[in-house]
Amino acid sequence: MSIAAAIADTLEEQPHHNKPQKAGKLTPYWLMLPGLLWLAIFFVVPLVTLFGTSLMTPVPGGEVGEFEQTFHFANYWNTLTDSTYYVPLFRSFLYAGAATLLALAIGYPLAYAIAFKGGKYRNLLLVLVIAPFFVSFILRTVAWRQILADEGPVVAILRWAGLVSETGGVYPSAFAVIMGLTYNFLPFMTLPIYASLERVDHRLIEAAGDLYAKPITGFRKVTFPLSLPGVVAGTLLTFIPAAGDYVNAALLGRPSNTMIGNRIEYTFLSVNDYPTAAVLSFILMASILVLVLFYVRRLGTEDLV
Amino acid sequence: MSTTAKAPATVRMRTWSGDNVLKIYAFIAFVYLLLPVAYTFVFSFNDAGRTNLVWRGFTLDNWRNPCGAPQVCESVVNSVVLAAGVTVVATILGAMIAFALVRHQFRGRSTTNLTIFLPMATPEVVLGSSLLALFLNVFVPLGFWTVFIAHVMFCISFVVVTVKARVASLDARLEQAAMDLYASEREAFRRITLPLVMPGIAAAALLAFSLSFDDFIITNFNSGQFTTFPKFVYVASTRGIPAQANVIASAMFFIALALVLISQIRSMRRKEV
Repeated sequence: MSIAAAIADTLEEQPHHNKPQKAGKLTPYWLMLPGLLWLAIFFVVPLVTLFGTSLMTPVPGGEVGEFEQTFHFANYWNTLTDSTYYVPLFRSFLYAGAATLLALAIGYPLAYAIAFKGGKYRNLLLVLVIAPFFVSFILRTVAWRQILADEGPVVAILRWAGLVSETGGVYPSAFAVIMGLTYNFLPFMTLPIYASLERVDHRLIEAAGDLYAKPITGFRKVTFPLSLPGVVAGTLLTFIPAAGDYVNAALLGRPSNTMIGNRIEYTFLSVNDYPTAAVLSFILMASILVLVLFYVRRLGTEDLV
Repeated sequence: MSTTAKAPATVRMRTWSGDNVLKIYAFIAFVYLLLPVAYTFVFSFNDAGRTNLVWRGFTLDNWRNPCGAPQVCESVVNSVVLAAGVTVVATILGAMIAFALVRHQFRGRSTTNLTIFLPMATPEVVLGSSLLALFLNVFVPLGFWTVFIAHVMFCISFVVVTVKARVASLDARLEQAAMDLYASEREAFRRITLPLVMPGIAAAALLAFSLSFDDFIITNFNSGQFTTFPKFVYVASTRGIPAQANVIASAMFFIALALVLISQIRSMRRKEV
């Protein structure tokens, strides 16, 4: 539960009643030094290196994987206008967006049910939400392959309902990829929403009822706005990893369902075309940051950054 | 709820159905969440041979001999050792930052917050590929240590936010009271603050362990020949995952579930007393 609370807290500065201590002025810096140094060397420096790599060009007459620094900014333009790259990039945002909406549609009612109808079983139900994490996520994704296979239960139900033709299937497909993404990141959506719903003062909802608000109005005007920080946290925690994911597309999709993550992995590790992979990584990161900033601005939670 | 007692029958009807629709919805959501777990468990008893995709009959052999398939146990040991080391280092470094952020006023706070937040907002492919770009540039051979470095890096931020939430909810007056009673600052920290923050630190350590143990994408970029359990499963998925992998995953699932449930029951008992 503290994990859920912590995730939600990333996005809001705690209103803490801690008075800062008088201790030595340098104490906080000494405390932070090792951790921040680690992040500086292994997060910031690599990003700078990656940017450097993104401007490189192949050494003339060199071997595969040999590049030199030529500050070739045209790499970005060349990559962005190449349909082998911009199509998967667009597809990533489409799939991740769909998965985020689905996870919200499943996760919000789930969090609401646990928070308001769970009673004394609330903690147990929460454990069930995080329980899938204990099984390797790759194995769970592989399990979906079996569940969605033509002989599996899902296809049987869909055929019975006439939603899929007698020979049709659902795996591999875009549907399977989106379903896998939704599945894998659903707990990340549910937990922060639960954390903010749990904090809602029930007296506020009762007060809305006393003032003749219908339950639905009470929800719309009181409960939902109060749970908004959790919704923002949940959608970000779902969208960001989903947009960069390549495991679901690799295991549940067809080659025509590849996402930008697959392209980056393939270009980097199989083709050894480091500059193009670096360009793609940067474009992915930049577009996510822009989307996130825009989204957070719209919802007015500006103390995120 | 109390308001429904005198409400007209139609309204009562509506709340009743609303409640139950919600409960059924939640039940379906749980089925969705747990179905693959059930599949993984059931197929750990499959008399599978090389590919564990279709049911071929019940056997206990996989459970009797979980190391039967090549590389399974080796990769599990690798993952456990790695995750344990990562947990220790990331928890210490992260907790220190969390204390500094909550308990001290200093310049550069917002830059620090941003540095903590950004790794969590960066997709794993970018984290993985950028570290690989660095390692390639300075000719560091890939293996256990490069994965270790990468895991500590992405775990620190999660530790910071988890511990920070706990420290922030502490009443600083407790510490002041201790010091009023002539405890030195160090003593007050050791005997008051640290025990109270411990559940937060434990939660952070658990989170770091599970993040590291289950990570695939960043590991795949920076591991070279070093194989972790998720990497083993992913590589094996193209030619058939041995049922022993399901055994290991199911065992992990039940061990973790038992640990969580025990701690839940304990904390419930403590509240009752």
